[in-house]
Amino acid sequence: MKVTILQFPGTNCEYDTQHAFEKLGAQTQIVWHKDDSLPSDTDLLVVAGGFSYGDYLRSGAIAKFSPVMKAVTEYANNGGKVLGICNGFQVLTEAGLLPGALKRNDGLHFISKHHTLQVVNNDNIFLEKLNNGDIINIPIAHHDGNYFINEDGLKELETNNQILLKYTDANGDVKNPNGSVESIAGVCNKAKNVFGLMPHPERAMESILGSDDGVKMLQGFLKA
Amino acid sequence: MIKAIVNVSLKAGVLDSQGKAVHHALDSLHFSGVNDVRVGKQIILKLDTDDKTKAMKDVTQMCEDLLANTVIEDYEIELV
Repeated sequence: MKVTILQFPGTNCEYDTQHAFEKLGAQTQIVWHKDDSLPSDTDLLVVAGGFSYGDYLRSGAIAKFSPVMKAVTEYANNGGKVLGICNGFQVLTEAGLLPGALKRNDGLHFISKHHTLQVVNNDNIFLEKLNNGDIINIPIAHHDGNYFINEDGLKELETNNQILLKYTDANGDVKNPNGSVESIAGVCNKAKNVFGLMPHPERAMESILGSDDGVKMLQGFLKA
Repeated sequence: MIKAIVNVSLKAGVLDSQGKAVHHALDSLHFSGVNDVRVGKQIILKLDTDDKTKAMKDVTQMCEDLLANTVIEDYEIELV
C-alpha cells in the first residue's frame, strides 16, 4: 500500500498524515506541487490540510492550478483513490473533483476543537470499517468549512449516498458548528473514489491524545 | 490600456455571514434604514489592450476559471 501525499506552499498537515498512514503500515511519499506526475505505484493520493497559497483569493483556489493538479485530475478520472482533508477538501471542490464549495464559517471564527460526527454512508472504501449511525470523535480546525451545495446538488448527493459524515452531538442529533448545508462534514464523488472532509482523521490516531477514531477511517484504504 | 473592475459577491440565496455581521454592527451603531448588507470583493486588472470586446472575453474567462467560484459566487465586470 503506497500513499502519496501532496504538498503545496502552505500545506501543514503532510507530516501528520504521513505519520498516521505509516503507523498503519503503509508506505508514504510526499510529492511537491511542482511535480507534473504522480508516482506510478500510488494506491491512494492524499491532499493534506493546511493553507495552500495562504488561502489567497479563496481557500484552494490557487492550488488547483499547480502543475501536479493535472496529474491528480487524470488519476481521479481513471478511478484512482483520492482523499482530501480540510484544505485538501477545499482544493478538490475548487478543482471540480468534488461537488459543492466551502464557504467562510457562519460564525466567522476559526474553529479548532474535537467534534462528534455521525457516519451517514459507509458503502464506500473510506468508511467501510465503520457502521452507518456510528458516532466518532474527530478534531476540526478550519475557517472555511461551511459546506454549500444547491438544492438539486443536495438531492443528487442524497440519492447517490454521497454524504459521508455529518456534524452531530454525541447522541447523533444535528449539531452544526459552521453552518454547513444539512450539517455535512464530508462527501464523495458519484464514482466513490474521491473523498473530501473538513475534520482531520490523521489527528485522531492515539486515544491518549483525545481520540483514535481516525484509525478506522484511514484503515479502510489499506486493503489495497 | 483598459482597466477591468471585477466585483465578486456571493450569489443571492447563499447566506452571506459577513454581510449579516456588518448589518448587525450597523444596527448597533444606530444606523437605521439599512435593509440588507452584502460583502464582496473587488479585483482590479490593468490589461495590455485597447480592444474592449477582447478584454471582456478574456476577463470573463478569468472569472470563470479563477476569480470567482461560480458554485457560490456571481461576478460583474466593468471596463474603464
